[in-house]
Amino acid sequence: MQRRVVFENKWLPYLLVAPQVAITLIFFHWPAAQAIEQSMLLQDAFGLRQTFVWFENFEIVLSDPNYLDTLRITVVFSVAVTVLSMVLALLFAVLANAQIAGRGVYKTLLIWPYALAPAVAAVLWIFIFNPEIGVLGRALNNMGLRWDYRLNDTQALVMVVLASAWKQVSYNFIFFLAGLQAIPRSLLEAAAIDGAGPVRRFWTVTFPLLSPTTFFLLVVNIVYAFFETFGVIHALTKGGPGKATETLIYRVYLDGVINNDLGGSSAQSVLLMLVVIALTAIQFRFIERKVHYA
Amino acid sequence: MTAQNKLWGRIVDLVPHAVLILGVLIFAFPIYMTLIGSTWDAATIARGNLPLIPGGEGLHNYAAAWSEGRGERVVYTPVRIMMWNSLVMALTIAVGKIAISILSAFAIAFFRFHFRMIFFWMIFITLMLPVEVRIIPTYKVVADLGLIDTYAGLTIPLIASATATLLFRQFFLTIPDELVEAAKIDGAGPMRFFFDVLLPLSRTNIAALFVILFIYGWNQYLWPLLITTSREMQTIVIGITKMIGTGEAATDWNLIMATTVLALLPPVAVVVLMQRWFVKGLVDSEK
Repeated sequence: MQRRVVFENKWLPYLLVAPQVAITLIFFHWPAAQAIEQSMLLQDAFGLRQTFVWFENFEIVLSDPNYLDTLRITVVFSVAVTVLSMVLALLFAVLANAQIAGRGVYKTLLIWPYALAPAVAAVLWIFIFNPEIGVLGRALNNMGLRWDYRLNDTQALVMVVLASAWKQVSYNFIFFLAGLQAIPRSLLEAAAIDGAGPVRRFWTVTFPLLSPTTFFLLVVNIVYAFFETFGVIHALTKGGPGKATETLIYRVYLDGVINNDLGGSSAQSVLLMLVVIALTAIQFRFIERKVHYA
Repeated sequence: MTAQNKLWGRIVDLVPHAVLILGVLIFAFPIYMTLIGSTWDAATIARGNLPLIPGGEGLHNYAAAWSEGRGERVVYTPVRIMMWNSLVMALTIAVGKIAISILSAFAIAFFRFHFRMIFFWMIFITLMLPVEVRIIPTYKVVADLGLIDTYAGLTIPLIASATATLLFRQFFLTIPDELVEAAKIDGAGPMRFFFDVLLPLSRTNIAALFVILFIYGWNQYLWPLLITTSREMQTIVIGITKMIGTGEAATDWNLIMATTVLALLPPVAVVVLMQRWFVKGLVDSEK
């Protein structure tokens, strides 16, 4: 799609796109190509020679039970973060959208956590849930719960899920609120006149009309849980104890940066790239459809 | 309506407030404890009986975190240096992304030239290549260019932006042809049109994007973790987690908490003070 009336100039448009195109080429396309190439190379033990091995790295990665464990943890983690943060956000958004006093104040007080870095959110949680110095961590121990997320697998996973979801609620809240405000009041009034109570109105009118927003957020939250929670995990558990909170992205970092396994790490990167491409494709198909019906 | 019904109605009316207040508290409580932690001394916190009210060490803690760089147990980069690094990073990324995106969107929307759609797709496809999936090779490129531990290495690789380009292009397509024709009749060249017409019209879009991108830049984690090795280049978000280390009880939690408060102040201030633009930027750029 383009405008009917355009400017004529032989070289200016190239000059204008040059900075953006140069940066994408040098820092996006070239490294992505490198990742794909590297994922098909196997290094010898001394890192001196590389041989081209086609998909052997992928076979190694995908048949590694540790990797499949990491995949399982990532799925559990992502589903938990997505569901928890979206349900809470929807609840708050529905309530804050009602005609109640002080809704502007509530709104401000619920959206500010968006500004926190995931790693900072993790730090706040450490300070509260640390078993020795944290207010709630100590309270849990005093209740006889044996709380120590640094030693207990399940508790560690619960911590990273809660911290990640806590930080993401505000984002979902903003979008749900925008979605709710776009629903015509007349529809809800018509349902009310027909005798539908608030709960019934929500499930038969509001929720279906909100489904584009819900679907959009579903994809965004999965991407968030897969990639952006790296900071939470790095600050909170470093993937531990053992591998209890190691997600796919954390493992790429470990294998590539810490363990220096370039082939394996690149193969994992390429697999993650496929995940992002799939999610983006789903997102855009859906947006296209929405434009049609709008 | 009986009195009992009225009372019941009152109670039902209060439920939304109760739930929302609970939500607000869940978000505010960790920040409150961080603030409290930043006003006591390290020993009180390490003993594990941090009071729920502020102590008297606040001034000392903030001053120490800001300028000293050495607690009783941790050595760290002074906050004033880390804040500066984060500020440079956030501003360069926000301004850089907006500048190169608005220029390329201008070219793609207002000119007809060879490879126009190829350039468009090249930019568009970066949506699918977040830094997390090309960590190692991108790091290598930056290392080969000698940009490790430089502001350039910290910011330039993050400056390309498909979302900002798409957003500006979308907006440019809604500008009426008459405006372009009028500019041409007046003898204005493309750059004159860009600066005198397009830029002023894009003001709200730019402001909204700026808020989002500033927070994006300030909160970067994985990239600065890889690119900065010297303490002088550390950003504040990285600095805090380095200070925590393994999270022992006996560390300078008072300084860490003061640093945390200082780290979250700028982005939170931006969100709260520029709330209208922030919400617009978020909803526009992601949909």
